[in-house]
Amino acid sequence: MVTATIQTPEAPRVAGASLDIEDVSHGFELDGTVLEVLDDVSLHVAPGEFVALLGPSGCGKSTLLRLIAGLEPPTRGTLSEAGQPITGPHPSRVVVFQDPTLFPWRTVRRNVAVGPEAQGTLKQSQQRIDEALALVGLTKFAKAYPHQLSGGMAQRVALARALVNDPDVLILDEPLGKLDSLTRITMQAELVSLWRREGFTAILVTHDVEEALFLANRVIVFSDRPARVKADIPVDLPYPRHRGDPRLAELRRQVLGLLGLDADW
Amino acid sequence: MSDIPSPSQGQASAPHLTLADVVPAVPRPLVDVVGLVAGIAWLAVVAAALGWEDVGDWPRTPTFAAAAGLVAATFIVLAIGSRWLGAASRWLDRAALWLIVLGLFFTLWQLASAKLGWLPLPFFPPPQALLEVYLDDFPRLGESILASVKLQLWGYSIGAVAGFLTGVSIGWSQRAAYWVHPVLRFIGPLPAGAWLPIAFFAFPSSWSAGIFLIALATGFPVTVLTWSGILSVNPAYYDVARTLGARSRFLVLKVAIPAALPHVFVGLFMALGTSFSVLVVAELLGVKAGLGFYMQAAQGWGDYANLYAALLVLALLCSGAVSLLFAARDRFLSWQKDLVTW
Ligand SMILES: Nc1ncnc2c1ncn2[C@@H]1O[C@H](COP(=O)(O)OP(=O)(O)OP(=O)(O)O)[C@@H](O)[C@H]1O
Ligand SMILES: [Mg+2]
Repeated sequence: MVTATIQTPEAPRVAGASLDIEDVSHGFELDGTVLEVLDDVSLHVAPGEFVALLGPSGCGKSTLLRLIAGLEPPTRGTLSEAGQPITGPHPSRVVVFQDPTLFPWRTVRRNVAVGPEAQGTLKQSQQRIDEALALVGLTKFAKAYPHQLSGGMAQRVALARALVNDPDVLILDEPLGKLDSLTRITMQAELVSLWRREGFTAILVTHDVEEALFLANRVIVFSDRPARVKADIPVDLPYPRHRGDPRLAELRRQVLGLLGLDADW
Repeated sequence: MSDIPSPSQGQASAPHLTLADVVPAVPRPLVDVVGLVAGIAWLAVVAAALGWEDVGDWPRTPTFAAAAGLVAATFIVLAIGSRWLGAASRWLDRAALWLIVLGLFFTLWQLASAKLGWLPLPFFPPPQALLEVYLDDFPRLGESILASVKLQLWGYSIGAVAGFLTGVSIGWSQRAAYWVHPVLRFIGPLPAGAWLPIAFFAFPSSWSAGIFLIALATGFPVTVLTWSGILSVNPAYYDVARTLGARSRFLVLKVAIPAALPHVFVGLFMALGTSFSVLVVAELLGVKAGLGFYMQAAQGWGDYANLYAALLVLALLCSGAVSLLFAARDRFLSWQKDLVTW
């Protein structure tokens, strides 16, 4: 056996960037009328923090992520990363979208390689690409095409494609939504250890309250559309966390209440 | 194969039972009966060619009979040796029904035209007359084939490249679309044949005029389909690429164009059909070389065998070109699922 040289330093490095979202409002034009999606959202994320966003379907979570990614400018307000205003997409802020959106004409490996290729660093990144594939357990499928993958596998490729860029801010839009519950639990644990090791800032949208509480330092609950910040709940539990922790159950009850589900369970 | 799976095989190639492992193999029959019938059908072609006197003067009748005999002998050998001759025999097995029908067709054709004179001459010559053309007029025919292929290749390539580039630019750039779209709408639907009279005096040679016409006929469908391919690219692809650091060059070359390629292929396929018709029309009416010109001359002289011989070659060329295009697609678009096979 050849022992691989360990690339990551033992101590967690703080590579994450801070994010500042100031009074951001956003609307879409639909048939001449404006559909207000975000209403005066302010949010400050410290470097290396893991923030989960929860809210009703269609309230504007994905829209907020698009603004953070720099894919669209907000109607009002400002966003900045590490003090610099966000004016467009940048590979320091990488998104794992709600749909995996792999390029069907590229093999799994070449999909993962899109970032380095676009940034002109393909040559130096070969090992990182292999590591990212190994991390999501898809080394065997490196040469497969996306139509040969299951939905969960495709989502894992999308995750690898993001991680290979070594982002300062990792933006995750329900990345585990399509996985079966077992893979999901494994991937959640992987995500936490990865985040703790790499130290990036993570913004995660999820529908799963338990997932949010298991992973994040803070859980932000949004109101119905147009989204406003309804609650900002710190999750003051050390990592690694245990799913059976009574404190988690308590927080879960609180969050579900905020989402209007207290009577149902 | 050893019974112990090697560790390198892993899950991907876990033991996989096929029907062949479960059902005991039925031994192949000693003789491929249908293949044998095909051989006999081709013996009938020989019998028809040699059994009666020709009603006309066709010096190649014995050659034709010999060729048919060779075909028959091959089929019979493959049918009898089907256990040992592998791939060739399997081909015979698959094609046998078609080969029987072809044998019967040649027998009937032989009898109806050369022996019994049922088909009016000289309009429907027997097969040996066509064989005579291939054997004895080959230099002239070969030259015509070469001329047609050259003209078609130049015209089609120029049209395809120009159409592709135009399609990409108007699909990508609003400004290019502003200027090109009206021209495309006005000129595009005009049949390329309508340019024929102008092309032949506007261009220095009938050869370059032919290239122009074929390129025009190719360019329009390729442009339109490339364009629509670029416009129908899932915008989420661009979002993904942009967040990963892609600039416009990457977005065009590595996202828009690959995503549009299936449409481009449809355009190339449609263009191939129209360009062939323009090729033939151009050669029939103006270009002084090529298969169209050869056929035109043959008809003028009443050499109907030459006409059919050239037509047959043309059919083979067109069909071969389409096969080539599909092979290219299978190579470059293998990532698509559910492809039509050709
Ligand atoms: N490009 C667009 N044009 C018009 N309306 C849009 C556009 N994108 C999103 N919207 C609207 O904005 C609202 C919020 O959409 P968004 O995708 O942000 O919701 P979400 O909170 O992510 O929902 P889900 O949890 O179901 O993914 C929706 O009502 C949607 O119809
Ligand atoms: Mg969403």
